[in-house]
Amino acid sequence: MINAVLVFNNHGKPRLVRFYQHLAEEVQQQLIRETFHLVLKRDEHICNFLECGSLFGGADYKLIYRHYATLYFVFCVDSSESELGILDLIQVFVETLDKCFENVCELDLIFHMDKVHYILQEVVIGGMVLETNMNEIVAQAEAQNKLEKAEGGLSAAPSRAVSAVKNINLPEIPRNINIGDINIKVPSLSQFM
Amino acid sequence: MPAPIRLRELIRTIRTARTQAEEREMIQKECAAIRSSFREEDNTYRCRNVAKLLYMHMLGYPAHFGQLECLKLIASQKFTDKRIGYLGAMLLLDERQDVHLLMTNCIKNDLNHSTQYVQGLALCTLGCMGSSEMCRDLAGEVEKLLKTSNSYLRKKAALCAVHVIRKVPELMEMFLPATKNLLNEKNHGVLHTSVVLLTEMCERSPDMLAHFRKNEKLVPQLVRILKNLIMSGYSPEHDVSGISDPFLQVRILRLLRILGRNDDDSSEAMNDILAQVATNTETSKNVGNAILYETVLTIMDIKSESGLRVLAINILGRFLLNNDKNIRYVALTSLLKTVQTDHNAVQRHRSTIVDCLKDLDVSIKRRAMELSFALVNGNNVRGMMKELLYFLDSCEPEFKADCASGIFLAAEKYAPSKRWHIDTIMRVLTTAGSYVRDDAVPNLIQLITNSVEMHAYTVQRLYKAILGDYSQQPLVQVASWCIGEYGDLLVSGQCEEEEPIQVTEDEVLDILESILISNMSASVTRGYALTAIMKLSTRFTCTVNRIKKVVSIYGSSIDVELQQRAVEYNALFKKYDHMRPALLERMPVMEKVTTNGPTEIVQTNGETEPAVLETKPPPSGLQPGSQANDLLDLLGGSDITPVIPTVPTSKPASAGGELLDLLGDLNLTGSPVPAPAPQISQPPFLLDGLPSQPLFNDIAAGIPSITAYNKNGLKIDFTFERSNTNPSVTVITIQASNSTELDMTDFVFQAAVPKTFQLQLLSPSSSVIPAFNSGTITQVIKVLNPQKQQLRMRIKLTYNHKGSAMQDLAEVNNFPPQSWQ
Repeated sequence: MINAVLVFNNHGKPRLVRFYQHLAEEVQQQLIRETFHLVLKRDEHICNFLECGSLFGGADYKLIYRHYATLYFVFCVDSSESELGILDLIQVFVETLDKCFENVCELDLIFHMDKVHYILQEVVIGGMVLETNMNEIVAQAEAQNKLEKAEGGLSAAPSRAVSAVKNINLPEIPRNINIGDINIKVPSLSQFM
Repeated sequence: MPAPIRLRELIRTIRTARTQAEEREMIQKECAAIRSSFREEDNTYRCRNVAKLLYMHMLGYPAHFGQLECLKLIASQKFTDKRIGYLGAMLLLDERQDVHLLMTNCIKNDLNHSTQYVQGLALCTLGCMGSSEMCRDLAGEVEKLLKTSNSYLRKKAALCAVHVIRKVPELMEMFLPATKNLLNEKNHGVLHTSVVLLTEMCERSPDMLAHFRKNEKLVPQLVRILKNLIMSGYSPEHDVSGISDPFLQVRILRLLRILGRNDDDSSEAMNDILAQVATNTETSKNVGNAILYETVLTIMDIKSESGLRVLAINILGRFLLNNDKNIRYVALTSLLKTVQTDHNAVQRHRSTIVDCLKDLDVSIKRRAMELSFALVNGNNVRGMMKELLYFLDSCEPEFKADCASGIFLAAEKYAPSKRWHIDTIMRVLTTAGSYVRDDAVPNLIQLITNSVEMHAYTVQRLYKAILGDYSQQPLVQVASWCIGEYGDLLVSGQCEEEEPIQVTEDEVLDILESILISNMSASVTRGYALTAIMKLSTRFTCTVNRIKKVVSIYGSSIDVELQQRAVEYNALFKKYDHMRPALLERMPVMEKVTTNGPTEIVQTNGETEPAVLETKPPPSGLQPGSQANDLLDLLGGSDITPVIPTVPTSKPASAGGELLDLLGDLNLTGSPVPAPAPQISQPPFLLDGLPSQPLFNDIAAGIPSITAYNKNGLKIDFTFERSNTNPSVTVITIQASNSTELDMTDFVFQAAVPKTFQLQLLSPSSSVIPAFNSGTITQVIKVLNPQKQQLRMRIKLTYNHKGSAMQDLAEVNNFPPQSWQ
C-alpha cells in the first residue's frame, strides 16, 4: 500500500502533498520536512530506496524517490509494493503530467495544484494503484476537465482566461485586464497560446 | 463585498512574499476574507474559496474551518463544486471528526448518479477515507457497482471494495459473488484492480484462499492471462518500454505467490509459466527487471522444483552484476531472504557479494555485510574474515558495531584454530575497539579463559596493544582483566607462539596505574584496572608494597565503586592476608555459554583440549559454584561472569551473571500437568543434594509470610526469600494444606503475574494434599521483578475433592512490601 505521495522542490517547498493515512497537520508538515532532509542528503549514484523506519510510524516503510530537474517525487510505501514497480509508477505519473500539461515544469504544478490532485486520483485510490495506462489516465482527466469547463470552471470566469497562465514567464505583458464585467484581451496574446 | 480573488491570484501573491512572516500575513488576511465569505453563504464563490484553502493547507496553515464548506460543495449539483468538495473532504476530513458522517448520504446519492464521473468521485472518496460506519452503510452500493459493465467504474469499485474489506472484514463474503467474473475482463485497468482485490481477500482470510484455490480455479485463470500478456505481440495501449503491461504482470505474479505458498498443486500449475517469464523477459530496462524480480520472489516462496530455484538464484546473481544500483539493492535484499533456505546456491555468488562491500552506496553496503555474515561457513571463514576485517577498517561508524558483533559471532562458530580466533578478536578490538558492544567483553574474557595454552600469547599481545593507546574502553577492559589474571606469564616471558617480550613488574603496574588515572577511562574500566592490580599482588613477587600503596590511595576515591573495592582490598591485606592467595588464585575455566541452544561442553572448534575438559566443573558440583559466589561478593562481581548453576540443570546458565536463570518466559506457567502424577515426594529443590538449604548465601532479613488463599478447607501460605545481592528475584515457597476430612487429589497450582514480571514455577512435592492438615504440598515459585513493582498474582487451583472436580481463581494482593520493594 502506498502511504503517502509527496512532491517538493530542491528547497523543500511542498508542491503536492497526499497522505493515505490519518495524520495531524503538524505531523504532516514535520514528515515533509524530515523526508526532504533525508532525500537531500542522497548522492546521485546511490539507489533510490531509503528505509525511513520510525519516521512514518512503521518499521516496514520505505521511501522510493526520483529526482526530476527541480522536483523530488517521493512515494512512501510498505512491503506489499514492489520497489522497482513503484519506480516505474513514478515515471508513469510524471509522463502523464507531461502529457496533460505539455512539457510540464514546476510552475505548472504550483498553479494547478488541484488538477495535479485530480490526475493523481486517477492513478492511486486509497493507497492502491488504480490505473497505469498513461493514455487512459489522460483521457479520463481531460473528460472531467471538460465537464468543469462547461460549467465555468473554478474561477467562474470565461474559459479563455484559463490558458493565460502559460505566459507566466513574461510578467511584463498584461494578460487579462479585468475591470468588473469588462474583459479586455491583450491583442498579442495569440503567439503564446 | 468584492468577489474573492482567484486561486491563481492568491498563489501569485504568496510567491511574491520574501519572508516567512510576510507569507503568514498574506495568508491570514486571505483566511479572514474567506471566512467572511463563508459566513455569507455565497454559492458562486464557494468552490474558489475552498480551492484556496486547500492550497494554504498544503503549505501548512490550518484550514479546519473549511470542513463544513466541503460538505456543502459535495451536496451541490455542479460537477466543479463536487470535484473540489470531495478533494477537500479527502484532504481535510478524517474519521475522527464526526462531520464526516454527514457525507454518507451525499455519497450514497452520488454513487447512483447519472454521470459516471460523479460516481467515480464518490467511489474515490469512499475508498480513501470511508470510516467503518460509512463502509457498512454503503457496501451494498459498492458491490452493485462492482458488477457494472462500465469499466471505469468497475475498477474504482474494486479498490473501494478493498478499502471496505480493510475497515470491516466481516463484509468480505459479500463481495465474493461479484469476483467470479472479474478476471474475464478485457480492460487492463479492471484486471489490475481485480487482482488487487483478490490479493487482499486471499491475504486476509485463509478460508477465502482455500476457496479460490479449489473452487474458483484461480491459478489456471491467472496463468492464462499472464501467458496472453507475454505471448501477444506488441500492443500499443499497454506497452511500456517494449513489455506488455508490466504492472499487471507484477501484480499477477504476486497473487500467484500467495496462492502457491505451501500448496503443491497450485505450485505445480504455475511452474511452467514462471520458467517462461524468467527466461523470456528482456532485462535491458527497469520494467523487465521489475518483472524478473517479482518472478524470483514468487519462485522462492512457493514449492517450486529445484531447477527453477537455481534459475531464480542465478537471476539474482546476474542482478548483482548490473550497473543499476537499484537492481543491486533489490538483489541483495532477496538473497538475504533466500540464504537460509538455499544456502549452497547463494554461496556460488559469494565473491560478487563480497565485492559489493566496497560499493559506494550505504544501503548496498549494509545489505552486503549482512549477507556476507550469513554466508560464512567452516570452509570460507579465513577468506571471508579477511574481507570483513578490511571492511571494518574502512566502513562508516554506523556499521562498526554491527560488523564487530557479527565478526565475533562468526569467529566463535567457525574459528579454525585458537590462535586465529584470538588474533581476529585482537584485530577487531584494535581497529574498532570503541564500537564493540558491552556484552562482547564478558564473552571475550570467557573465550580467553578457555583457551588455556594461549594465555601467555594473548596477554602479551594485549599488553602490546594497550601500551601505545588505552582509549578504547572494551580493549582496555579485556586487556586489564587478562593482565590481572596472567601477569605472571607476562613478566616471565613464557610465550611460545611469538617472540617473548621483556616486561618488568613495574612496567605492568605503570600501565595499569595510568589507566586508573586517565581521563579517558570509564568508571567500569577503572574497576577492571584496580581489580587487576589487586590480583597481581599474588602473582608478582617484588612489587607487593607498591600494590598496597595504590590500593590504599583509592580507598578515598570519589567514585563509590572504586572506593568500595579499594577498601575491601585493603581489608584483605590487613585482616585476611592469609586468605588472599586462595581468593585471588586463577579463575577456573568457565562453562561455555551459548546463546542458541543448550550446550554444556566447552566448544573448542577444532582442537580438543583434554586438559580443559578435565578441569570443567562437574554439573551438579556446587563447590566451584559457591566459591564463585564468594569471589563474586568480595570482588564486586560486575566484571566476572561466573556460572551459578540453576535448575533445571539441563538448561545453560545465563551469561549475565546477575540473574538466576528464570526460564519462564511465559507469564502463566503451570506445573507440568499429567506427567508428574507419579512423581511424588521429590524434594522440591533446585540445588540437587541440598534439600533444605536456603537458596542464597545472604538472605534478606525475615520477610513475613502470608496466607494467600483460604477457602473450602484449602489453605495456601506463601513464605518469601530474597537475596541482598540480587534483590530483583523473590523466591516464594507455597505450602498447601487441607483441613477437611477427605484428601484433595490431582492438585494443580497455576499462577500468573503482570507483564513486567517473570515467573518460574518448579515442580511440586506431590499432587495429593492429605486431610486433617496431616501433610502439605510444597512448591517453589521464582519471581523476577526488575522494576520493583508491586507484586500481584492471580492463582488458579484445580483439584479433586469428595469425588468432584473443583476449580477456583483468586487474586493475591496482600504481598508484604518487603517482598518486592
